[in-house]
Formats: sequence, C-alpha cells, structure tokens
Amino acid sequence: MNLNYGPEYKNFKKEVISFCKKWEGVHFVDEAKSPLTPITKVGGKKITRTEWQSILIKEGYFARSIPKEYGGYGGESDVIKNRIIATEFSNHGVPSPMSGQGIDMLVPTLLELGTEQQKKQYIEKTLLGEIIWCQGYSEPNAGSDLASLQTKGELVDGNWVINGQKIWTSTAQYSQMMFCLVRTEPEAKKHAGISYLLIPMETPGIEIRPLVDMTLKAGFNEVFFTNVTIPEANIVGKRGEGWAVANATLTHERGSLTNPNATMNRVNSLINIMKKETINGKKLIDIPVYRDKLMTLQAKVMAFQSNSLRVLSAKLNPGQDVKMAGMIQKYYGTELRHELEGFAVDVMGEIGTLYESSPHLRDKGSWQFLYMYYLGLIIGGGTSQIQKNIIAERGLGMPREPKVQEA
Amino acid sequence: MYFGLSEDQEFFKDNVSKFLQDHAPLDVIKKIIEDDEHDLKNNIKNGLVNLGINSLLIPEEYGGLGLDLLFATAVSQSLGENIAPFSFLSSYVMAPIALINGGNTEQKEKYLKGILENNYKFGVGFSEFISARNDFGFIFKDNKINGKSIFVLDADDVSHLLLADENGVIGVVDTSDKNIEIIKLTTVDKTRSYSEVIFKNASIDVLENSITDIEPLKKSIDAGRIILAADSLGASEALIRKAVAYSKERKQFGRAIGSFQAVKHMCAEMASDLEPCYSLVWHAAHCFDNIPDESRLMACHAKSHVSEVSKVISKKATEVHGGMGFTDLMGIHYWFKRIGVNRQNLGSPETIREEAAKIQNL
Repeated sequence: MNLNYGPEYKNFKKEVISFCKKWEGVHFVDEAKSPLTPITKVGGKKITRTEWQSILIKEGYFARSIPKEYGGYGGESDVIKNRIIATEFSNHGVPSPMSGQGIDMLVPTLLELGTEQQKKQYIEKTLLGEIIWCQGYSEPNAGSDLASLQTKGELVDGNWVINGQKIWTSTAQYSQMMFCLVRTEPEAKKHAGISYLLIPMETPGIEIRPLVDMTLKAGFNEVFFTNVTIPEANIVGKRGEGWAVANATLTHERGSLTNPNATMNRVNSLINIMKKETINGKKLIDIPVYRDKLMTLQAKVMAFQSNSLRVLSAKLNPGQDVKMAGMIQKYYGTELRHELEGFAVDVMGEIGTLYESSPHLRDKGSWQFLYMYYLGLIIGGGTSQIQKNIIAERGLGMPREPKVQEA
Repeated sequence: MYFGLSEDQEFFKDNVSKFLQDHAPLDVIKKIIEDDEHDLKNNIKNGLVNLGINSLLIPEEYGGLGLDLLFATAVSQSLGENIAPFSFLSSYVMAPIALINGGNTEQKEKYLKGILENNYKFGVGFSEFISARNDFGFIFKDNKINGKSIFVLDADDVSHLLLADENGVIGVVDTSDKNIEIIKLTTVDKTRSYSEVIFKNASIDVLENSITDIEPLKKSIDAGRIILAADSLGASEALIRKAVAYSKERKQFGRAIGSFQAVKHMCAEMASDLEPCYSLVWHAAHCFDNIPDESRLMACHAKSHVSEVSKVISKKATEVHGGMGFTDLMGIHYWFKRIGVNRQNLGSPETIREEAAKIQNL
C-alpha cells in the first residue's frame, strides 16, 4: 500500500491550484446547455463556455489524451492528473470542464472507430461545446432489453431514411447531433441488425417532445423520426456492427455520476445542516438517532471512497484485479447517494419537502431535488436490478436465467 | 501509488489459508469444539506460530518481524475466512501494540520477548474502558487490582492478562497469581474463548507510559477493531463463496436455484456490500501506521461498517442455503456466530459510531 502520488504530481498540483486561484469566481454568460453542466458562481470574470473549454484544453486540464490534430491537448492519459484537476477545481469552486454524452461517449468512440473525416468534422467542435450530442438508444419497448430496438433505417438512393421513436433522450432539445442505434438489417439476428448512425437534429422529420420527470426540472425527451433522411456516410463502423460500436463506448461511460468524493462533500454539507437545524430547540446533530444514522452513512461513503482508490490503483498498476470493485460502482454509488439525500430530507422534516421557490427553502431545495434525481439514476443506465444480474452472472459466475421459448 | 495488499502480504495470507485448509477444515474444528480435543487445537496453534504469526508486529529491535498492521489485517482475513480456533487478536495484535506504546524499556524487553519466544500469551480485558456493563469494573491501586472484568478475550490458557481501567491505564496481571479467578463464559462462537475474571488484590504491573497517556490504550483498541473487522471480512467472503457455490449445485423446479433472480440478487447484494469493505479495512490499517490523523475515525468506521455488512451477509448466506443452512450438518452457523461475536467485541456498532462522532467534535 502506497498512497503517495510522487513528487512530479506535487508540482502539478501546485500548478493547478495557481490556475484555480487565477480563475476563482469565473462565471458563464451563456445558459447551462446540459443539466449536468455545473452551476457556476455569480460575479467574477465573464467568459463564454467555449472560451473556457479552449483555455482548459490549452493548459492540458481537459481532453488531455486527445490528439492535437483533433483539437485535444495531445498528452498522455494520466488518471492521477485527472483526479488532481477534478479535486482542485471542486475545492476552489472553479467550473469543471463540460461533460455530456458527446464528450464522454461519442468522442472516445470516434477516436476508436470513426473515419478520419468523422474525427476531423466532429471531435474538436464537440470538445469546445459547439456541438452538443444526445444519445438515441432507448425506445419505449427497448429499455433494459436495448437490443430489441425497432427504429428502422433503410438505405434509399445513398441516404439513410429513418423512421421510429427514441425515448429518455436527455439534452435533445439543445443538441445539434444525435448518435443513434437503428435497425438497418431487419433479416439479421437481434444484435446483428443494428447500425450506429450520426443524425443532425435539424434534419426535417425529427420531432422532439419534452418528457417531464418527477423532479419537474431535469427533463428528458421523446424523439420521433418520420422519413428522416441523412447521408449514407453518417455511419460509425459497418452496417450491422452498431451493437459492438455502442458497447465500445459503454466502457467509456463516465463515473462522475457516482463520484464518491462528491458524495462525501454532501455528507459534510449535511453535517452543517444538522448543526443548524433544530427540533424543539435541540440541534439535530445532538439527537442520538440522527447522529447514529449520519455516522452509518459516513462510514458507507468512506468505504465507497476507499473502493474508488482501489479502482484507480488498478489503472496505474496493470494486473491488479479489481473486477468486482469496478462492477459494483453504479449500483452502490447511486443507491448510496439516493439514501444520503433522502436522509437529509428526513433531517429537515417538513422543511425538507419544500421545493421550487418556496419560502424557507434550504440549499435551493437541492436535497429534495437530488433525492428524486438519483432515483432516476438508479433506474437509468442499467437499473439496479440489471446491475445485480451483471454482478451475479459476470462477477460471481452464477447461471443465467433460461431463455423464454419464442412463441 | 498502489492501493491494495502487497505481494508479500498476499503470499503470507495465502500461506495461512493453505495451512488452515489442510489442518483445520470444518470437521476438525467441530471435533475440537465438541470433544474438547486439546491436541488438535495445539497442532493448529503451533503450526500458525511456526509460520511466524506471533512475531508479525513485534519490532525488529526485539527480534520480531516489525511489520505493519496491514500485514496482520491480511492474516486476520484468513483466520476469519477459515474460522480458525486461534487467538490472534489479543496475544499478537492488541498486546504488542499496547506494550510497544505503553511499556517502559524493561516492560517491553520482558513481555515482547516473551511473546516472540512463545513463552507468553495474553488475554485482553478492555471492555470496562470501552463500555462498562452493569456492575462490572475494577480499580488499580498500589499495584494491586480489585474488582471484576467481563468478556476478557482469550483469557483461558494464557500467561498474562492485559486490563484497562476506566481512565485508560493499562496493567498486566500474571495468570498464575492466586488472587484471580477465571470463569469461562460460553458464547455462541465456540472457535474462540471469552472469560469473566475476578480480581481480589492481585498484583499488577502497570504499563508506565499508559499512566499519563491514553494513546497506548486507544491505539491498541484501534488496531483490535481493524483486526476484528478483517476477521468478519474474511468470514463474510467465505459465506458468499459458499452461498454462490451451493446455489449453482442445488436444483429446484428443474434448474439451479442460482439462476433465479431472487437468489441471484441476494448474492449480488452481498457481494456489492462486501466489496468496498476490503478497501475500507485495508485503508484503515494503512492509516494506522502511516496517516495518524485519519486513523482513529477510519478504525471506528471500519469496525462498525463491516459489522453491519457482515451481519446482513451472515443472514442472507444462510438463507441461500435454505433449510440446510440452518443445520449443524452444513456448519454455516460457525461463520454466522463468529461474525455475531466480532460485532460486539471492542464496542457494538452503535457504541463505536458515537465515538466516531465525538472524534469529529460533533
């Protein structure tokens, strides 16, 4: 066990801190383009998000390992540096680089499987936030069983003609592009009939209908396609290889949704609330039942933080086996966060249920909002039940459920 | 940066496991317990001592291996995994840590060498300091001890007892002293022993540095808690492995019960709950030697969290085995009970969580 990062990282950390100090209080002029974009401080320096992205790339604080020719920094991938950047940005309240499905999923996919033309056309603009992407995977009848998707793509006169419907499409309303799974080979077997297409959202025939979720805030969409026609070249990989292309990206899926350090920050915020809020004049932090529950959760979050250090270690030390430690993160992290946010609501009692712009609202209603938001994350991206199947079957080697006989 | 057990630690841990699998499988452990087979028990004890288990934490200047607590933690995982009928915690972890930090030169020389040369073994009675129950308690005065202590760990078959009074002063009592009475207690866990000890003006050797400093005692308790957490971690790992294996073999409704999601999800939940515990326990052990500022809180959280997780695992793993899990025949209950007693030793989860809050000035 050795938790020191080494001297070169000490210097790097200093550099990052001085960068953060320089930009403390930075504030974006444009509206948040994605629900996952961090909220920024009001006041301080004014800058556009695209300018911010390009500053970060130039410093090597974003898109580190993406080649220069495609708009990245062109350095080596370095998980420790990434971690230092994330930690110091968060400590200093400096906005993180943009994230989102384009940056986190499409860019790595194009780098791995895209044509030269596609890389040149899309990567830099995506990194700078000039192209926002949405993901067209799920359909009303293809959720956990994604490969049963039915949206159809036919090749007619050198164009793909697309008909069908996608659902749970976050950010569709302000995206310029969609990466989309479409059934192009109806005769082929389930997984072999799918292609991975890139669809400009301005194309005629696309209709976006907002799908309001329980938070009344984040907002998904339904996207309908009626004879949507795009060039034949807008395909990543070959016809019928879309499932493999999509799975190549799944390994790139961001871990930030269940970031244990962010969860620990929430524990610390909760402690502050418990020192302030009172019941019958007594501070919550002094009431044993609440104290005990707080400590229970703090221990759990601490375990999750240690687990993520072990996952990080395996990235630096090839050969270290952390398969299970990685596999449980989505399930464990989303359930834990939901439990924590929900406990904070309990701590505040009736006040915890206040929402939107109600009088007496605490922390802008973030506890109630995130309590619900994380229920969405427990379900999205592979439900907890699907995660448990994966953990049991691939992690513990338990037998699969027998296939239902097709009628 | 490397987070995990080192090759040496893995190697030693595997050696302990291999020895126990060869010499102390369940039927041997059952024999030791049911027929009070002293020779069998001594074989196991001697075998483990031959591996060097008694010298891990003894500093090199006293002839020991001078290894860190993470090493002992890895060993404790193996002992828990194999429900070893062996008292590692008191003689080879808590006593050395208390002596190293609390003893004067002469005391260290005498007792640490005694442990190393396998002449001395220690029982530990810190319950009255951690959470005194009912009318138990004792007083040190003029190098004499009077009163009674409940739940002294590993008190039978040892040469000395280590006791801590309510102020955190640590004293050593020789078990050959005529003025003590050791009454063996019967817990659900028969793999280790616990006693009540009554002191009637028995002589004590007070550890000199523990008179003015509470750290020697606290460090010993921190280490003990991490080691107990590791024991439950190992026991839980064994239970999950057994449950998964059974679910693949056992058939009902024409298929392995492990193919039913009800069973599969129980196993996935157990694995998900346990996995972060490895990291937490190792991290806590690493902090014990290297990052003292974070060490006490981590030791508390490791003990209380693993206690909670392993309690649930001991229930679910028994359930996966169905009726057979409930029988003595299958012996799942040995692991269930080991976890049950570990949970209460050196502070129940609730007691420890209150300590954790106080450490943070909450």
